Amino acid sequence: MAKTTAARGRDLDRGGLSDEQLVAMLRNMLLQRQLDNRGFQLNRQGKIPFALGSEGHEAVQAGAAMAFERGRDVLAPYYRDLGLALGVGMSPFEILSSLFARQTDRSMGRQFPNHYTNHDLGVMSISSIIAGHCTHAVGVAAAFKYRGESGRAVLCTTGEGATSQGEWHESVNYAAVHGLPIVFLVQNNEWAISTPQDMQMKVANVADKAPGYGLPGVVCDGFSPIATYRVMHEALERAHAGGGPTIVEAKCYRFLSHSTDDDDRTYRSRDAIEERRKLDPVPRFEQALIEAGVIDEALAKRLKQDVLRETNEATDAAEAQPYPTAESLYTNVVAGDYKPWQD
Amino acid sequence: MTATTQQQTGVTMTNVEAVRTTLHAALVRDDRVLVMGEDVGARGNVFLITKGFLEEFGPQRIIDTPLAEASIVGIAIGMAMEGLRPIAEIQFADFIYPAFNQIVGEAAKVRYRSNGDYTCPLVIRTPYGGGVRGALSHSVSIEALFYHVPGLTILAPSTPADIKGLLNAAIECPDPVLFLEHKKTYRSVKGEVPGGYYTIPIGKADVKKAGTQLSVVSYGYNLHQALDAANRLEGDGISVEVIDLRSIRPMDKGTILESVRKTRKLLIVHEDNKFGGIGAEISAMVAEEAFFELDAPIRRLAGPDVPAMGYALPLEEEFMTSTEEMVDAMRELARF
Ligand SMILES: Cc1ncc(C[n+]2csc(CCOP(=O)(O)OP(=O)(O)O)c2C)c(N)n1
Repeated sequence: MAKTTAARGRDLDRGGLSDEQLVAMLRNMLLQRQLDNRGFQLNRQGKIPFALGSEGHEAVQAGAAMAFERGRDVLAPYYRDLGLALGVGMSPFEILSSLFARQTDRSMGRQFPNHYTNHDLGVMSISSIIAGHCTHAVGVAAAFKYRGESGRAVLCTTGEGATSQGEWHESVNYAAVHGLPIVFLVQNNEWAISTPQDMQMKVANVADKAPGYGLPGVVCDGFSPIATYRVMHEALERAHAGGGPTIVEAKCYRFLSHSTDDDDRTYRSRDAIEERRKLDPVPRFEQALIEAGVIDEALAKRLKQDVLRETNEATDAAEAQPYPTAESLYTNVVAGDYKPWQD
Repeated sequence: MTATTQQQTGVTMTNVEAVRTTLHAALVRDDRVLVMGEDVGARGNVFLITKGFLEEFGPQRIIDTPLAEASIVGIAIGMAMEGLRPIAEIQFADFIYPAFNQIVGEAAKVRYRSNGDYTCPLVIRTPYGGGVRGALSHSVSIEALFYHVPGLTILAPSTPADIKGLLNAAIECPDPVLFLEHKKTYRSVKGEVPGGYYTIPIGKADVKKAGTQLSVVSYGYNLHQALDAANRLEGDGISVEVIDLRSIRPMDKGTILESVRKTRKLLIVHEDNKFGGIGAEISAMVAEEAFFELDAPIRRLAGPDVPAMGYALPLEEEFMTSTEEMVDAMRELARF
């Protein structure tokens, strides 16, 4: 079934992916866009207090998720990883439960939106503390190596701003010293809230930092899911085979404000954003698949209808769920009955 | 090396030997247990606690980490989330500050923020405390900085038998534990340690000396001074009960209240500075629960409100509460 060469129409360098996989990536990207917009809509409607979008990151995340081995690999995500969460198996209902902070959210409405947890799928629980989770990702990779579980790797993601943090540096350094099975995927969207990359680091590419750790550093086009897949697949395969860590930098862009609490008009021009919108990875990938004859216009339309329906259904279903009870505030502080004073 | 582990009958040992033999036995017992920290390998830790471990258990389990405390704790958190039982060492408590974020912001909240989807069964061991000419950055007490944090367990046992039982309990604990070892007691305190495996329940204080006229609550090196002071006063006909807190979070309300209700007087002694210290919380609890049963105001003896003890001997001595000061305070309170 897998077609490894462009069979029809315009040539598509498909990175070894089958039609089915290419369509799955497109579907993931369309669903991301839909769910992202839904979060912002719900916020404008006053139904949820906060949302944070990953528009502009769809291609990176669809590509990286395709390289991720479900059931073996572990994802240590950051808060802008909607597409990765979906791509490794989380459902729109889980995403919406998190946005609505309902009882059906795995954290039972404790966590901020986009701070997922799903141990069964290998999605690690994170805090909002930038780069704090990178050390945990390394700990998991160290456990894989210690137990001799070859063929397993950790995918640790951050933005480029996070690479200024000491904990990012410490994580990469430790993983390098111990040759751990981990890939550090840096989604470089050029902005850390209002701080541009050149105020964050002196080097042109985050990947340029890699030689300082004795690691390979690879830059890829984060607006292309296939290019990202190819690089991520290679990096994860290296990790699976005991070849150690890789830093992958996917160049993308943040189309929206940092979050619903941010107004990016205070620090960047509309023109700059419009310029990048012309390269919007979602319609571009759809077009590429049509031109290559992988899908036709009708299928493209159906996919869009599908993800809209799925998003609507998940929205209604999640909104209908109850909030967690006030009493649940007191549970799971530590194992068992929690009391700082023992009788 | 192995001989100590197999110890089945009671023997007398120092605090540092108790830490060492308990860690060793844990490594033998459970291959999920790893020891990681600065210089724990070939050097065998700066107090020689892990001497010989590297040869016996190998570099996969006895890990000389890069010099970076945030990631020593952070990586151990990740290992714990993935099912291992890491024991992370911070070489001196004074160097735990770079890991503050990982302990407070991450480890203490893993279970809570995931509603139990992930847990963090992690032990962080660290030597703390002064009286060893350690100056500003090899002498601090850190317990008050952490005891404000729900989700953390903080243990500070002071005798070899308690160290063994509570370190075993810490390793069994399914949540993060900060395990504090007072370094002045490492070699100065000796005691009988029961043979075989045992644990001491977390959150239980221990009445180290029974008495009737006043209650003293303490831990760490101060505990041993308080016991000395109480024994001296015995000769003068003053009967002092000395409670070893052992567990700082959670704390044993039951034992403290039972003692205070009997003696009607309370003195709290700790080395950490007084303002916002452990004694403040104990005082508030006793005031809330047993105010009308007190015959005297609660007293606290604690470190002074200065950033740290100095290197020069007079500066260190001025900072540390002396046994004589404890004798005086106990005598005054008994007389009240
Ligand atoms: C330790 C810490 N400092 C500051 C913040 C506030 N903050 C949240 S996101 C962010 C920018 C992060 O930028 P980057 O890593 O590039 O990721 P992006 O949001 O652009 O995807 C900041 C400063 C935080 N969450 N944690």
